[in-house]
Amino acid sequence: MSFPLLTATAVLPAVGAIATAAVPAAKRTVAKWLALLFSLATLALAITVLVRFDPDGDRYQLTESHSWIADFGVRYELGVDGIAVALIALTAVLIPFIVLAGWHDADPLETGSSRWRPTQGFFALILAVEAMVIISFEATDVFLFYIFFEAMLIPMYFLIGGFGDRAHEHGEKAAATQRSYAAVKFLLYNLAGGLIMLAAVIGLYVVAGNFSLTEIAEARASGELNMATSTERWLFLGFFFAFAVKAPLWPLHTWLPNAMQESTAPVAVLITAVVDKVGTFAMLRFCLQLFPEASKWATPVILVLALISIIYGALLAVGQRDIKRLIAYASISHFGFIIMGIFAMTSQGQSGATLYMVNHGISTAALMLVAGFLISRRGSRLIADYGGVQKVAPVLAGTFLIGGLATLSLPGLAPFVSEFLVLVGTFTRYPVIGIIATFGIVLAALYTLVLYQRTMTGPVKPEVSAMPDLRVRELVVVAPLVVLLIFLGVYPKPVTDIVNPAVKQTMSDVQKQDPRPEVEAAK
Amino acid sequence: MSATAVHSLWTTAADPISKIDAPKIEYGQLAPTLIVVGAAIVGVLIEAFVPRRSRYYAQTFVSVVALVAAFAAVVALAADGYGTTKAGIAAMGAIAVDGPALFLQGTILLAALVGLFTFAERRLDPAAHGNRVDSFAAQAASVPGSESEQKAVKAGFTTTEVFPLLLFAVAGMLIFPAANDLLTLFVALEVFSLPLYLLCALARRKRLMSQEAAVKYFLLGAFASAFTLFGIALLYGYAGSMSYGTIAQVVDGTVQNVTPALADTMGNDALLLVGAALIVMGLLFKVGAVPFHMWTPDVYQGAPTPVTGFMAAATKVAAFGALLRILYVVLPGLRWDWRPVMWGVAIVTMLGGAIVAITQTDIKRLLAYSSIAHAGFILAGVIATSPDGISSVLFYLAAYSFVTIGAFAVVTLVRDAGGEATHLSKWAGLGRRSPLVAAVFAVFLLAFAGIPLTSGFAGKFAVFKAAAEGGAAPLVVIGVISSAVAAFFYIRVIVLMFFSEPRPEGPTVAVPSPLTMTAIGIGVAVTVVLGVAPQYFLDLAGQAGVFVR
Repeated sequence: MSFPLLTATAVLPAVGAIATAAVPAAKRTVAKWLALLFSLATLALAITVLVRFDPDGDRYQLTESHSWIADFGVRYELGVDGIAVALIALTAVLIPFIVLAGWHDADPLETGSSRWRPTQGFFALILAVEAMVIISFEATDVFLFYIFFEAMLIPMYFLIGGFGDRAHEHGEKAAATQRSYAAVKFLLYNLAGGLIMLAAVIGLYVVAGNFSLTEIAEARASGELNMATSTERWLFLGFFFAFAVKAPLWPLHTWLPNAMQESTAPVAVLITAVVDKVGTFAMLRFCLQLFPEASKWATPVILVLALISIIYGALLAVGQRDIKRLIAYASISHFGFIIMGIFAMTSQGQSGATLYMVNHGISTAALMLVAGFLISRRGSRLIADYGGVQKVAPVLAGTFLIGGLATLSLPGLAPFVSEFLVLVGTFTRYPVIGIIATFGIVLAALYTLVLYQRTMTGPVKPEVSAMPDLRVRELVVVAPLVVLLIFLGVYPKPVTDIVNPAVKQTMSDVQKQDPRPEVEAAK
Repeated sequence: MSATAVHSLWTTAADPISKIDAPKIEYGQLAPTLIVVGAAIVGVLIEAFVPRRSRYYAQTFVSVVALVAAFAAVVALAADGYGTTKAGIAAMGAIAVDGPALFLQGTILLAALVGLFTFAERRLDPAAHGNRVDSFAAQAASVPGSESEQKAVKAGFTTTEVFPLLLFAVAGMLIFPAANDLLTLFVALEVFSLPLYLLCALARRKRLMSQEAAVKYFLLGAFASAFTLFGIALLYGYAGSMSYGTIAQVVDGTVQNVTPALADTMGNDALLLVGAALIVMGLLFKVGAVPFHMWTPDVYQGAPTPVTGFMAAATKVAAFGALLRILYVVLPGLRWDWRPVMWGVAIVTMLGGAIVAITQTDIKRLLAYSSIAHAGFILAGVIATSPDGISSVLFYLAAYSFVTIGAFAVVTLVRDAGGEATHLSKWAGLGRRSPLVAAVFAVFLLAFAGIPLTSGFAGKFAVFKAAAEGGAAPLVVIGVISSAVAAFFYIRVIVLMFFSEPRPEGPTVAVPSPLTMTAIGIGVAVTVVLGVAPQYFLDLAGQAGVFVR
């Protein structure tokens, strides 16, 4: 038996979580280094997965399969395709930066009670989320996926509700109230989505008799397994609802701004750049593969919802006064692009969407983490409280600008490639929707540049005049992300090479071909 | 009616006395129950003859040994093949020894053992006059607040009678799901109900509330028993027999006439329908299904918490076992009549329990309504009428009972000057002061909420799967919706514990003896093991899923 690489990649951060949680209360620094160490080790394993993965090989590679709960037809089945590999790599890359960026976020204010160990808890929860996210990317058994899709809500919930920004305009008590409101809202939305999905998961079992993605897809393709049209549609809706809450898609998005606003910047990155990707990933892997007909049936509605997300998110981002909330609405707009790319049912659209998942993760991480550094210096999240920062802290302002430019998809930075692919892919099949979506880019330019202008340029506000520039630790976090943004913007081939074969497979699952370019026949 | 038929109503042809055989009793197959009953009687003798200061130790020892021995007997019977390869009907057709009976008896015995640990806990309350005290009244007979009560407290009396009472209740519960005729069913019902009524009245603190709970439970329980008895009489009139198997045959129409004396009433469908409805009603009362749930919150709140935990777990197991047997063995021929009714009951139970729980401010009442919602989920599995339905219900009951006992055991730990601090506002910030206790309680709440990787999820998945396969898809959808509603109030408690500021005058967490620690530890272990690796236990429940007829 070969080494279970995928299991190891998921188990390692889980072990790290337990180890970190077990560190005694006084040894906070040990816990931090331990967490960093485990996240780096996980990154090493993820890179091994990336290297061992052969883009032109089988669809699912590095597979593992063990019997687990035979009574439910559940197997412990792992396997990765190109899309999963890219997202696992993204997750593993981002977590060390999240850990580093959150280095001081969970230091206890007072060292009174010896049994309350927030720091250990914070880093342990981050690693626990990493473990669950990675295994959801790897699972090729619907039930296995579902379990971790749901279970990851619990550590996420504690991260949102338990740790927030130190400074708050209405004092610590109001901050705690709002935090717990945001955490509960996050949990209830996602739990409700997950429970609806549970009904669909059970329904799938009744229809198919097992949960293996590959087996069900094969049985469907060969005609062995026939689903009634209405059954397929109901099951599709059950799955899609959960993923649309997670992704999030308008009108199920309202938990995201609260959650991102109230949590610390690293946790906000964890939510939007890592955890939410499970939602969009699952649309590609489960909705399209298991229910191809229903996916095609639902496409028009989903595209319109995605379009609303793009425009609505961008419009609301323009109007925000709170930096983190602004980034949250920008993310909603971007998730609209990703979902549009997935359901445009063209290979460019889906490659673009997958690439977008990766790029959005990196660009949001860069922007949000720098914003977090900024907020921690001034102790306010309000845009109006800043001004002229670039004169005081040029490096901070510069990286913030790069993050912002990436968010508005400036050519030369990574998100541009993916956004372009999504738009082209959508346009070839749905020209009107493609055209309207382009306005999202215009609005993106508006909200990012206005944000930059108001916070970084202009006269230096007295409150920010003594603001220190980025420290070494913060530079270590931001610099690699900026390098990645530029590198993938100029040369996206490494990612597209891995992703493209998987996208082709998915396209053949839904039996869609790219529309032929139409040439006006000369008469 | 012919003359002979009428005549045979009150006379019978005399047979020689010698023809009455001694009843044949299969002592081996009845061993689990007999051990527990025997130990209960020994417990009564201990009360009578052993000096007061040694009684606690003697009673604890006898009870633990009895429960462990009875469990060993169940395991031995199962290892002997009962329930899997063979099944027996013991004691002249009164008691079935089959898979579901043994599985449920094993569950009840383990739950009772864990419950017993919380009964025997004596470190939580501060010592009164130098004597360690448990959760039970010093002298149940003394009027609350009276001089005689004070004297009893001063003298360091403890109600060690709770141990034999517990054992009697367990004995009744062991017979209840195994009863194979209606009279045995009724006797078992009374045998476990009466000790429970008493136990409910024995709280050391808040005695009036405890006595009120007991009276409510007793009055409503007596009504329910009376209904059951009436139903039994009608069913006898219909079938001419008390035996489950015979009634089932009469319902099916395979047997036409059992007793000439009942020729007039036999086969009268009105008797069957009314009788069956009344019996099922009595059982639904015991499981706490809406609309027969009214007693649950008051009794759960008023009873001493260890009793609440034991009752919530073991009564539910026993009553669902009996309900399964009635519906699957006696009334399968009637399923087209009872399924729609049970659908309705399951729906209102799930939704009612979950919705009303939202407004609760007392942790014990909250858990009471949550237990109602869970009864609804289990009913969804009962409705499946398939082998999967049986095994999923068995699994759910086993998973649920350990979560429940563990959760109530944690409730006993959180105390302030007035005893247990059950008002939810007092639990604010518990996670800051006692992270471990709060984390353990959070695990139980997540299991109640059915979050994956806990036993609650595996159980819920099993019953919903069985229900969906049985064609009850709408029930599953309503089930997941009420799960979402229920999740809200479980989460609310977690929010309160972890994200709220602790109150300065808030409760403290008592450090328990190893007894309660064991109970909670077993609860957590079972919750996690059944959540992560349920296969072995699902197999067990699956093998045990065939009733004997």
